[in-house]
Amino acid sequence: MRMFFLLSMLLYSIAGAAQETEDLLKLVEKEKPKKEYVKYAFKSPRVINGHSMEFLAPGTMDFRILHRFGQVNEGFKNFFGLDQASMRMGFDFGLYRNLMVGVGRSTFRKELDAFAKYAPIMQSTGTKNSPVTVALAAGITMHTEPWADPSANNHFSSRLGYYYQVIVGRKFSEALSLQLTPTMVHTNLVPVSTQPNDVFAMGLGGRVKITNRIALTADYYYLFNGREKDFNYNPLSVGIDIETGGHVFQLHFSNATGMNERAFITETYNTWGKGEIRFGFNLSRIFQIKKQKQSM
Amino acid sequence: MKTILLLLCITLSAAAVTAQSKYYTKSGKIYFDATSPKSPENVNAVNKSVICVLDSKTGNLQFSVLMKGFEFERALMQEHFNENYVESNKFPKGEFKGVISNNGAVNYAKDGVYPVKVSGKLTIHGETKAIETNGTLTVKNGKVTATAEFVVTIADYKITVPQLVADKVAKTATIKVDCMLDVLKQ
Repeated sequence: MRMFFLLSMLLYSIAGAAQETEDLLKLVEKEKPKKEYVKYAFKSPRVINGHSMEFLAPGTMDFRILHRFGQVNEGFKNFFGLDQASMRMGFDFGLYRNLMVGVGRSTFRKELDAFAKYAPIMQSTGTKNSPVTVALAAGITMHTEPWADPSANNHFSSRLGYYYQVIVGRKFSEALSLQLTPTMVHTNLVPVSTQPNDVFAMGLGGRVKITNRIALTADYYYLFNGREKDFNYNPLSVGIDIETGGHVFQLHFSNATGMNERAFITETYNTWGKGEIRFGFNLSRIFQIKKQKQSM
Repeated sequence: MKTILLLLCITLSAAAVTAQSKYYTKSGKIYFDATSPKSPENVNAVNKSVICVLDSKTGNLQFSVLMKGFEFERALMQEHFNENYVESNKFPKGEFKGVISNNGAVNYAKDGVYPVKVSGKLTIHGETKAIETNGTLTVKNGKVTATAEFVVTIADYKITVPQLVADKVAKTATIKVDCMLDVLKQ
């Protein structure tokens, strides 16, 4: 009996000693992880030309300056295309975590564009998670060039075009993000009569992160209709994203000149096959317009 | 038989004492400031869901914090913090496990402000370093508020600050802790 008592005391003291080094946090930490949105699939809300599954943070404005130079294969005479430049200036605004809007103007066809992008489903982990982000983008474009034939009965609506996109994307890992973007572009007045007003395309975009601040990107649109031999081509852009403090530089090579969906999907007149590629860059600068609440 | 009963009583009462000796919170606050003196922007953030458990019997004190929960004034800074600096996908949690070295001087049953010395190990970005700091425990109406302020060197935790932003992000960060703890019922 006495033996048993001593043994118990001993065991009790051991238990007590063990308790001193126990992991106290285990006592209160939740077992079930909370729902958490997967962020930063792309460094920018644009893959290169096309919309990405990524959204601007609420209360921020993205000031974007885009340049597309001339064809590289023009050689030294045009300094590999750098003598010519086409540009787009844009302002994008993050309204909610899953809603953003933007406006821009391109020198190509003196075109204005505006869009809204909304994600009903965002990739998330934890409870009620989703493996993918599903976002919808819709935009309108308006070119402001002088009429080709001013004497004709020109309608204002002839300047307009529209596009609709579904963006289905997934950040597979820290390094890899991929997305598919079925797209429809409607142009009220097409440049040549053989072109359809409605063009359907499938976009494919991806990012491979190399370091924390550098990533490789690719952006491709396959046109299901509206492609004519030796006239227009599927736009393909490959590039590199470099992040430096407040800026993201997207340097790339592309066969597209256009910098809005209507322009680069339906009006890409150059081909990689003949070396008709252009150097270009997107410069993105994020401004915090509404400061996030942050107090002790 | 009597001895067993006695033993049982002792064990049970000891267990009861243990049960009431722990305090915790899941909504503690940790604030840090790593603003360089010349920086035009504030590099600071607050996390309001800090988990903290204190064992008043042993003086053991442990903190756990989700790095993604730090809120910055600027969204881009928050993105860079998570993506480039603390790499919160790889190292989701920051943890501190330590002990109050003068725990005997604190009377958890009596209201009052008790200065304490805390030493232990702080883990951030997968790196663990020993730290020591002074803090206070304030006992009021059965609740304990733990506060402390200390400085860590960012490079100690293998967090690299690029030269480009060296004028904004300081080499050290001041960390403030403020946790109001309730009795942990087990």
